[in-house]
Amino acid sequence: MILNILIWTAIGIGLFFNTLGVVGILRFPDVYTRLHADTKATTFGSIFTSLAVILYAAAHYFKTQDGQYATLALHAIIAVVVLAITNATAAHAIARAAHRRGHKPVQAVCDRLEEHNQP
Amino acid sequence: MLSFVVTALFSGAVYLLLTAGSGSILRFWSSQELLIAAIVAVVVGFAARGYFTRARQSAVLNPVRWLRAIGYALGPFFLEMAKANIDVACRVITGRIRPGIVRVKSGMKTDFGTLMLANSITLTPGTLTVGIDEETNDLYVHMINVSAGIESRESLEASELFGLFDCPARIRRIAE
Repeated sequence: MILNILIWTAIGIGLFFNTLGVVGILRFPDVYTRLHADTKATTFGSIFTSLAVILYAAAHYFKTQDGQYATLALHAIIAVVVLAITNATAAHAIARAAHRRGHKPVQAVCDRLEEHNQP
Repeated sequence: MLSFVVTALFSGAVYLLLTAGSGSILRFWSSQELLIAAIVAVVVGFAARGYFTRARQSAVLNPVRWLRAIGYALGPFFLEMAKANIDVACRVITGRIRPGIVRVKSGMKTDFGTLMLANSITLTPGTLTVGIDEETNDLYVHMINVSAGIESRESLEASELFGLFDCPARIRRIAE
């Protein structure tokens, strides 16, 4: 019972942040701010949906001792770790490519990288 | 030779993690999966040893540092991420942003430390690493909300990007 409440809470938080990621993509003005909304909110949301999977699988593993639940929990943990690493790397790659391509940050109050490239 | 052993052990461990639950040897694995894990470890260890251990930093092999890294990821870093996520969530709803790219002194001496700091900054919502100065290891960070007064400063300290904990100091203890 308590476990079910925890799982539903985790899924709720995860869906909330994933939804905000989508809203952010639609609302923000340029590629950099959209990356903020998209990649970060999505990581946090996906961590919580994966946490729900881990809780579910771990509880069933301790109840039934069935190996498939251990597999499920471990795969969810690995997915979270890989997501955290690749998310940061991909966001950095997209932002760097956009800046080298000449996309200026919209509404920016300062751009030190531009000054560094063209002293 | 050491680089082959390290790469083979790491890829074997990842394969075993992915196949845990397939049988009952050592409680989790079937004999076929253990055999395949050994073959995968040797092949991947031979093929990828030059890339995986390119940095030649033996300090990364220290298990105490692995525990510190796990503690850092679950404790201070997760709290920073939660706090900043809520902040960015509010900005998504209100639309109140003041973006800009600032220069951040990383203070890291090794590539691995710079990588960890850059990834921590990128994963913390509201800050996004756009570029890096290869000579000084300084980072160029896009912030969704540049506080008043910061835009006129030449560079920031890395710890100023994190509100609750001194994350750069912890990364230094893990990676350098």
